[in-house]
Amino acid sequence: MMSQILLLAALAWEFFKTGLFSVGGGLATLPFLYEISDKTSWFSHADIADMIAISESTPGALGINMSTYAGYITAGIHGGIWATLALVLPSVIIIIVIAHFLEKFRDSTLVKNAFYGLRPASIALITVAGINVAKTAIINIPAFQASHQIGDLLLWKQILLGVGIFLANRKLKMHPIFSIVAAAVIGIVCKF
Amino acid sequence: MRELFELFVVFARIGAVNFGGGYAMLPLLQQDLEQNRHWVTTEELMDYFAIGQCTPGIIAINVSTFVGYKRKGIPGAIVSTLGFVFVPIVVILAIAMFLRNFADLEVVKHAFAGIRVCVCVLIVQAVMRLWKKSVVDLKSFLLYLAIFLLALCSKLLPVSIPTAMLVLLAGFFGIVLGKEGKEVSK
Repeated sequence: MMSQILLLAALAWEFFKTGLFSVGGGLATLPFLYEISDKTSWFSHADIADMIAISESTPGALGINMSTYAGYITAGIHGGIWATLALVLPSVIIIIVIAHFLEKFRDSTLVKNAFYGLRPASIALITVAGINVAKTAIINIPAFQASHQIGDLLLWKQILLGVGIFLANRKLKMHPIFSIVAAAVIGIVCKF
Repeated sequence: MRELFELFVVFARIGAVNFGGGYAMLPLLQQDLEQNRHWVTTEELMDYFAIGQCTPGIIAINVSTFVGYKRKGIPGAIVSTLGFVFVPIVVILAIAMFLRNFADLEVVKHAFAGIRVCVCVLIVQAVMRLWKKSVVDLKSFLLYLAIFLLALCSKLLPVSIPTAMLVLLAGFFGIVLGKEGKEVSK
């Protein structure tokens, strides 16, 4: 019993640190996960690779999924839940503090000007994220390298689906959740 | 109490379909929080993403905490965040218990090839909608272009610049170049 509590505490502490120090997107947690793996042997490097694959095919960020998974294989369901809560705790505290001050200073010229610069940066990064998804979604680099034919570089079925979703979203004003589910079904039916 | 429950449900729903990282949730947030519920404005969403990019933790979590705090203070922040992680925790626990080879299943691979296409389209449409509000003049366009190229080519540069650094730089340029005293957020 005691050792179980100590294990949960150690697990929570490691993932708390990961949450505190990983700044940026989901992959920012990766170096910390490798470090935990080396230090504790709670999970192996192969487990991390599996988790990256699973995270790409389940909802949720990589960091969250990894903490749940590692917590579970280390200490069961309790482990999964506590590791995940420990991971998000630091950012929740920090954002609450920032949100509090943001409400106060929103109308200051300094804050407004800072956001004048931050907003274009924010959508620039979103554009790059979109390009990164597109690289795996509609482009097939291995096939192109094998055949050197431009026609093989693009996944035509996928592009057709993309154009279809784009037009459907504009005309029908579908909820994004609906188009995600529809895309999954079409992917399965047409064997993407 | 009812509003807290609503926050939990709304974020659990977003968390349940948030494939492909924090940015992929932007279109969902625009639809659910901005257009359907009017809880936040486009500008606020952009600001939350920018701040989330340079603070610790996962961006999706940061944005959930922000929106929850704006609606209902600290309880709202906590409830929204718990809502957001609820479905992923359940899904991963189930996979860890029963389906270790989940990602290798043919049907899962096909489904996600389709979902990735959809996520691309959703991101394109989100950028189109946000463009007018954030790229308002030549200076902000140049800033967009600079950050876009730096982030896109980050692997080709001799020194890699952390994304958080790019965001902080953009904020700094905003303060230096900003239209002092004028309304830039409207």
